[in-house]
Amino acid sequence: MLIALLVMSALALLLGAVLGFSAIKFRVEGNPLVDKIDAVLPQTQCGQCGYPGCKPYATAIAAGEADINCCPPGGEEGIRKLADLLGVEFKPFGADTAGPKPKSVAFIDESTCIGCTLCIQACPVDAIVGAAKQMHTIVAAECTGCELCVPPCPVDCISMAVIADNISTWKWQYPVFPLRAVPAASQTTANI
Amino acid sequence: MTSYLLILISTVFVNNIVMVKILGLCPFMGVSKKLEAAISMGAATTFVLTLGSGASYLIHEYLLGPELEYLTTLSFIVVIAGIVQFTEMVVKKTSPVLYQVLGIYLPLITTNCAVLGIPLLNVQGHHNFMQSLFFGMGGAIGFSLVLVLFAGIRERLEGADVPGIFKGSAIAMITGGLMSLAFMGFSGLVK
Amino acid sequence: MRTLYHFHGGVHPPTHKSQSVQTPIAQAGLPTRLLVPLHQHVGNSAKPSVQVGERVLKGQIFGMPEGSVSSAVHAPTSGIISAIDMQVVAHPSGLPDLCVTLIPDGRDEWIKREPLDYRSVSPGDLRQLLRFAGVVGLGGAVFPSDLKLRGGKHKITTLVINGAECEPYITCDDMLMRERADEIVRGAEMMRYILAADEVLIGIEDNKPEAIAAMRAAVIANRLASMEIVPVPTIYPGGGAKQLIRVLTGIEVAAGVRSTDMGVQCFNVATAYSAYRAIAHGEPLISRIVTVTGNVQRPQNFEVLIGMPVHELVALAQPGSDTNGHIMGGPMMGVTLPSDRVTVTKATNCIIESSPALFPPPRQPLPCIRCTRCAEVCPAELQPQELYWFARARDFGKAQEYHLFDCIECGACSYVCPSSIPLVQYYRFAKSEIWANEREKEAANLARERHEYRELRIERDKQEKAEKLAQKEIAALAAKAAAPAAQPPAQTAPAQPAVGDPNAGDTAQQMINAAIARAKEQAAAVKAKNTEALTPQQQAEIAEIEARRAKLRAMSHPDAESPQE
Repeated sequence: MLIALLVMSALALLLGAVLGFSAIKFRVEGNPLVDKIDAVLPQTQCGQCGYPGCKPYATAIAAGEADINCCPPGGEEGIRKLADLLGVEFKPFGADTAGPKPKSVAFIDESTCIGCTLCIQACPVDAIVGAAKQMHTIVAAECTGCELCVPPCPVDCISMAVIADNISTWKWQYPVFPLRAVPAASQTTANI
Repeated sequence: MTSYLLILISTVFVNNIVMVKILGLCPFMGVSKKLEAAISMGAATTFVLTLGSGASYLIHEYLLGPELEYLTTLSFIVVIAGIVQFTEMVVKKTSPVLYQVLGIYLPLITTNCAVLGIPLLNVQGHHNFMQSLFFGMGGAIGFSLVLVLFAGIRERLEGADVPGIFKGSAIAMITGGLMSLAFMGFSGLVK
Repeated sequence: MRTLYHFHGGVHPPTHKSQSVQTPIAQAGLPTRLLVPLHQHVGNSAKPSVQVGERVLKGQIFGMPEGSVSSAVHAPTSGIISAIDMQVVAHPSGLPDLCVTLIPDGRDEWIKREPLDYRSVSPGDLRQLLRFAGVVGLGGAVFPSDLKLRGGKHKITTLVINGAECEPYITCDDMLMRERADEIVRGAEMMRYILAADEVLIGIEDNKPEAIAAMRAAVIANRLASMEIVPVPTIYPGGGAKQLIRVLTGIEVAAGVRSTDMGVQCFNVATAYSAYRAIAHGEPLISRIVTVTGNVQRPQNFEVLIGMPVHELVALAQPGSDTNGHIMGGPMMGVTLPSDRVTVTKATNCIIESSPALFPPPRQPLPCIRCTRCAEVCPAELQPQELYWFARARDFGKAQEYHLFDCIECGACSYVCPSSIPLVQYYRFAKSEIWANEREKEAANLARERHEYRELRIERDKQEKAEKLAQKEIAALAAKAAAPAAQPPAQTAPAQPAVGDPNAGDTAQQMINAAIARAKEQAAAVKAKNTEALTPQQQAEIAEIEARRAKLRAMSHPDAESPQE
């Protein structure tokens, strides 16, 4: 009995020593995973995930605090990418998470704008140009459509405009083939 | 020399650890979605298994001896866990990408029954040190081979018209079963 | 006799060319209304340079080229601009794009044309002229010709003129070569002059003996020793630029390499013709030859003004009553037009009226049996069955690994597929998905960069505020210390002068002075902090962000750096 205990303790001590030594020897600083997750996120910085931006959300995912299905702008495609990256199962959007919306940009009704700069302070990517008591406008090319500027506006002059497809962003569709009724005689071959 | 070659052939094909002995099914199903991940997993498992077989032989032979035979399983688990932890640290340091690809499955090698199974089979088969090493390596190569083949098939399956109820793991199980049948066909290869 | 080479694969679809070469090229005449899209070429859309209601002359510029990859667009005839708005254009999407609508006044009055002798003009000026004449590749790719004539790092030894015209039904280049061979060879000679190429090889498929004869005669008549007409075997897609270069010179243009890097440049015969018109006659590209064929009574080639509505054009050829669609381009690579109200553009080489008899609806695709007949015929030497599988499974990374972007979408694989799988549709789908992903990535990178910069700025502002506050306190302490010792020690804060204190006025004055000094100090501090008084760490951070910005910009706009001519 005593020998058994001694043997196991010796084994444990030996392994502990080896592991302890290698823990110091092979120490890794930082977490490269956060950057990888951050690269998959859409960078709208919208905060719909409950974190104040994409990087904090990525950090939370990497730390295992957040789920992968909290990012509506990324869409289901985004969840799939995260699932692939992290080697976990795909998860649909939760009931409390708003689903993805069509891509849009903010639009300021310039005649109503009073120049309060509240939206400028809210914009996470500096896509609103303007100054105090001057009319503001959106730099559409840089707007991520995060909607963070909509609630602060005291005169409700900001609306979201859905981006329509144009010739250069139009995509070829995945080929689909409607099933056609076939004459009874050829049914056996058509059903392969 | 011939005996080592025979051990290799026997463990890789005839008594394949996954397909014939039905060990290590967790990574077989879990890490076979992507070919790259399967290859890395195979490499990591090969490393752990070869090292594990050697170490467990030494422990069984010199530390435990016949009196402490009953500690075999316990001490093997401890040793393998230690080696896996060590491997994880090395991989994390040397190749963050590989570490990333393996993800959760790297620590899971610890609980991989193949990794414990092979040292135990070594004990059962009364192998000497070199034989143990070859047995471990052969088993691991067999495991990697099957994993990579299966991952290739599963990548193909992604694009195939699989009937709705068979999608995902179900068709993978069927595929695994067919592969197992095929591997059983190797029995009798070495007399 | 020149040794010819072979490219891999290829198919022999029935050509259907004879019906549209029976009559000479006819003039399509003036339509009631011309709708000229401003984006008819690869690159940036032309910028409208006319106003609604303005009267324009034939050949007057409608749209100026914008950016380095762009081309000009011109008025096809004289008339009044009635609208500049979004209209459905000849594009498979059926989406609208910016168009100029011109109501012809019937006078067809030319703007002042300036014929040039190309030998007296430098190649650089000629390129500029072609850019403003709107000359683009008329083989279908519509890439601005001036950019292709720039050469590049390597000397161009061989100029290939593409008269192969391999796609079934299309005969516009054939007829152009038969009737206007002289202009084509002169245009080719001008291009040779601009590129300073050693030789010109004009490849024509051997199923066009009349065109070969006419072109040979023109070369002899113009005494062009460096030019050679080379009949090439008829095989689809022998008219692809890379394929023709391979057949004529034996050079295989590798993946991701431009033919110019291997000393070869390739132009279509119609491009050579329009370059000649632009240089020697000062006429911009306002019309082109279009084959109208398929389910029509009189299949024929027409010289059509750019912007002519398709329905008016096909009416000239008397379409059959069972016409059920309009294909722009050939049956292999063409696209179905969203409607017949769209107009002819620079890319329109052929309009095929389809009918159920000519183009029966595609068979229901069957599963891929991996027979690899597609791989046997693929002219780009790809593995179409693998690409199909990856595109189907939406595994775009793998598809790119298998060189999806080397696919020229020639349709040979779909043509031979025994399971009638529309392979090209899958490749187009995969390509546009990859492009969309790429765009999203770029947008995300831009947003990340801007967000990080903003965070940094906010952090810096906070620090500055804290520093200011600290300074304020120091100043306050200093003011307190400087206050006359006569002040009663009980009065702890100089900011609270007791009413009725005899020294109150004095202290107040001092306080005002101190406040002014503080304000001045603050103003100075603010100015200096934002721009100069940065810690090395802050500077490093800013430099890093700037570097990342520059890198991203370089990645997203590879053309931005190249100097504009």
